[in-house]
This record gives sequence, structure tokens and C-alpha cells, in this order.
Amino acid sequence: MKRFLYELQEITLLTARAFYRLKNKPLYWREIIKQMDTIGVGSLSIIFLTGFFTGAVLVLQSFQILAYYGAQSQVGRMVTFSLFRELGPVLTALMVTGRIGSAIAAELGSMVVSQQIDAMRSLGTDPIRKLVAPRIIALLITLPLLTTAANIFGIIGGGITSRYIFNLDTSIFISSVLDGVTTKNLIVSLVKPLFFGLIIGSISCYKGLSTTGGTVGVGISTTKAVVLTSVAIIITDFFLTRALQNILGIDF
Amino acid sequence: MNKSNNKIAPAIELRDVYLSYDDKKVLDGVSFTVRKGETKIILGRSGEGKSTIVRLILGLIKPDAGRIFIDGEDITDYSEPELMRVRQKIGMVFQEGALFDSLSVYDNVAYKLHEQGLPEEIVEQEVRKMLRFVELEDAIDKMPNELSGGMRRRVGIARALIGHPQIVLFDEPTAGLDPPTARTICELAIKLRDLENVSSVFVTHEMKNLEYLTSEYAVINEKGEIVFEKEGEKLCLINTQVLILRKGKIIFSGTDEELKKTQDPYIRKFLYGK
Repeated sequence: MKRFLYELQEITLLTARAFYRLKNKPLYWREIIKQMDTIGVGSLSIIFLTGFFTGAVLVLQSFQILAYYGAQSQVGRMVTFSLFRELGPVLTALMVTGRIGSAIAAELGSMVVSQQIDAMRSLGTDPIRKLVAPRIIALLITLPLLTTAANIFGIIGGGITSRYIFNLDTSIFISSVLDGVTTKNLIVSLVKPLFFGLIIGSISCYKGLSTTGGTVGVGISTTKAVVLTSVAIIITDFFLTRALQNILGIDF
Repeated sequence: MNKSNNKIAPAIELRDVYLSYDDKKVLDGVSFTVRKGETKIILGRSGEGKSTIVRLILGLIKPDAGRIFIDGEDITDYSEPELMRVRQKIGMVFQEGALFDSLSVYDNVAYKLHEQGLPEEIVEQEVRKMLRFVELEDAIDKMPNELSGGMRRRVGIARALIGHPQIVLFDEPTAGLDPPTARTICELAIKLRDLENVSSVFVTHEMKNLEYLTSEYAVINEKGEIVFEKEGEKLCLINTQVLILRKGKIIFSGTDEELKKTQDPYIRKFLYGK
């Protein structure tokens, strides 16, 4: 428990410092754009696959149940609700954690054990401003965009499944999807990734920068970063969902 | 004393510095000064706290007690942004070079100047000058993974020297290198000391380095070439001092001549291996 509280304090302090030090120049725009390219463009293919097949399997699992109640025309709405509110943000965050969170922890960890972080500090560069802040900012910008992409790919996957496996008319599917794209759902699907992006960036950077013990330590830090971030995302999702339900007055 | 930056103040001063990791004492009341233009060679076995001293001077870690002065300025309680300013005066050569893997030799050496936002023409001029100093201008476009261990250290030295720091810290720069390359690194340190008037701390456990640094000096001959001469009748080196650490304490501080005369059994075993 003591260890957990200590780590929570250090992660919070690192994140706060990253934002606080943004007020000083230079702001590493090139580094931010490079990270956005790695995180955003680089993750697009796995987000496409994840989103597409999640939407497809949602239709596979639920179409017949909905048909049992004569509500198969609502399958698009059901897919949209599931994707926008839960699966889109959470699955995107988990996929980015696996791909980017691990890479951040491994890269920063390697820099620590090979004294590159010390070298950076000795050359008068603040590693928090140069390495941590750009990664967190890039995640805050790209994760909502990736989530939106996952939602769209999911709807496409659902639409194709309902058309070619269950012979549902495409216009019916699109119409029910549009019923599901509400302002509240859009807010939820954009607010959740902001929190998840912050979690991925801060935990991965902290784990990387606190690496000790050579190359073995890098492996341990990477594993811990992925596990801790994934668990934190799932736990945060519960509380975030409850908070957004209350704030936005979502009852259905 | 704070921010005094006066000319008579030593380049580096440690006053009664203590540091422990958990229950292990790493430094136990360490005090010494490095005068301007002086080289302090810190000797000791592995794990005796030599590299820790260098990290303290650079402000990478903080002491548990004691004060650290750079150029007369007490940096002990400085925040990271304040230390960034002080570090502009200091160059650091790391044990393995610590080059940035993702950057070319040019970008590694130019790193400090790029951060300062200098125009590219000035940066290139300076980088080439520094790489010539370490005799590696041909490697300017190479990536660190294409360099040998010795070349990496020399690029590390070029990177540390860019911006003309008044103080250079060498943390075991010759560890694991073949004797000719180790000699080249020592020659660079001698050139800095004698031709650039740089103050330095040279951490090592290799006796050959001690011999080179305490017995040779660099001069420019009538042809304008840099040559290394042995101290003797013409010149006696007084700008190089030796310090030996044992269990975090300084057990010897003085010249190499005094070191050779010492009867301390630990030091004699360290120097002569028996």
C-alpha cells in the first residue's frame, strides 16, 4: 500500500511538472508532431482491425437476440452505443497501451540505463520537457482521434456483418446508427480518451524514467507499465462512466 | 557567496559532503577543491563513490549533507531549472559515451547548440571544430551504433566540449578501451588542461591514466603542432592533483610524487597491486 501511494504521488508529480514546465521555452513542437505521427498514424492499422472486428462481432452476438424481440432494426443503434460509450474508448486505449505505452517505457528505460537521460540533463535539457511533455500532449491529441476512428471502423464492420450475414438493409442500419450518434455519446467518446491518454502517458513515462538495473530493468519497467496502465484504464473507466452519467444525465 | 562567480573562487568545491543509499554510506564527509585550470584525478576501486562525486558536481543527485560550490556558487539547494544554467559551464564525459542512439554524430555533438537555437552555420562550424579536436571529423554523418567504443568516447568528449565549458568531468572515460585509444583520451584531457585552461575532474581506476596525466604536458611547438612532453627539468606539473577514495572517505590527497612516497598499505596495494 505504501509503495502504491508513493508511486501514485510520483506519477502525479511527474504529470504536474510536465504541464507546469510547458510555460517555459522551448516547447518541443517537432517532438510533439513526431510523437503524434508515431502514436496516431502508426496505430491506425491496429485501430482499424480492432474497431472493425469489434463492431462486426457485436452484430454477430446481438442480432439474433434483437431479432427475437423484433428489434433487429435497432442493431446499428446498439453498436453505436456500445462503441461510443465503452468499447471504442477502452479498446483503443488498451491497444495504444500495448503498442505505445510499452514503447515509451522501453525507450525511456533504455535511455536511463545507458545514461542518456543524465547526458541530456548535463547538456542543459530538461528531460521532463523534452521527453515527457511531448508524449503526454501527443497522446491527449491523438487518442480521441483514434477512438473516433475506431468507432467509425466499428460501425462499418457492424454494417457489413448485418448486411452480408443477416441480410439487413443498409439504409435501416444507417438510420439506426444515426439515432445512436447523440451529443452525449459523442461527448463520452471524446472525454474518456483524454483521461486514458493522460494515464498512458504519465504511467509509461514514469515507469521508463524510474528504471533501474540495466537491460533486465528495462524489461521489468515495460511489463509493469503495460499492466499498470491497462488496470488503471479499466478501473478509471468505471468511475469515469459513473461521473459522466451523472454530469450528462445519461439514463439510457 | 551565492552567485558570486569571482575569479579567485575554486572551479569546484565540495565541503563535508555526505551521501547514503538506504543504509549504505556512499560518501562520508568528502571535502576537496579543484582550482581553475587544475585537473583532479580521483582514484579508487569500483563502488567507492568516485562516479557519485561527479554526479553530485553536476547536480544530477543531491547530497544528504554538506555543500557543493561551482565557480563560487553554492548549487546544493538549486532547483532543476537553476541547475540547467550552472550546467552550461560544465561538460561531462560519460563512462560509455552516453550518446543519443537516435541522433547522428553531428546531431549528438550539436545537441547543446541546437537547444540554444543557434543558426545552423555556426553550429556546423563549431561541431566540425570539436570533431577535429577529437580527430573524428570523418565520422560526422555516422550513427552511434556504427562507432567503436573508443570513437563513441571521443564523440562524447566532443559533445562535452561544445560551448567551451570551463569545467569538464570525466567519468572513467577509458574503461574497457585498448591502450592506444585510452592514451588518446588522456591526451585530450591533457590538451584541455594545458592549452585551454579547463578545470577537470578525471575519475579512473587505471594507473596508466594516472601516469600520463601526472607526467606529461601539452605544448605547441614552433611548427604550430601540439606535442606532449615529459615533465622534468623544463617544467614541473603543479596543476594536477590526485585524490584516493576508500569507502566514501578521502584517504589521500596530494601530488603524484607524494602519492608514490606514501607508505599506506592500502594505497601501495592499489598502486602496485601487491
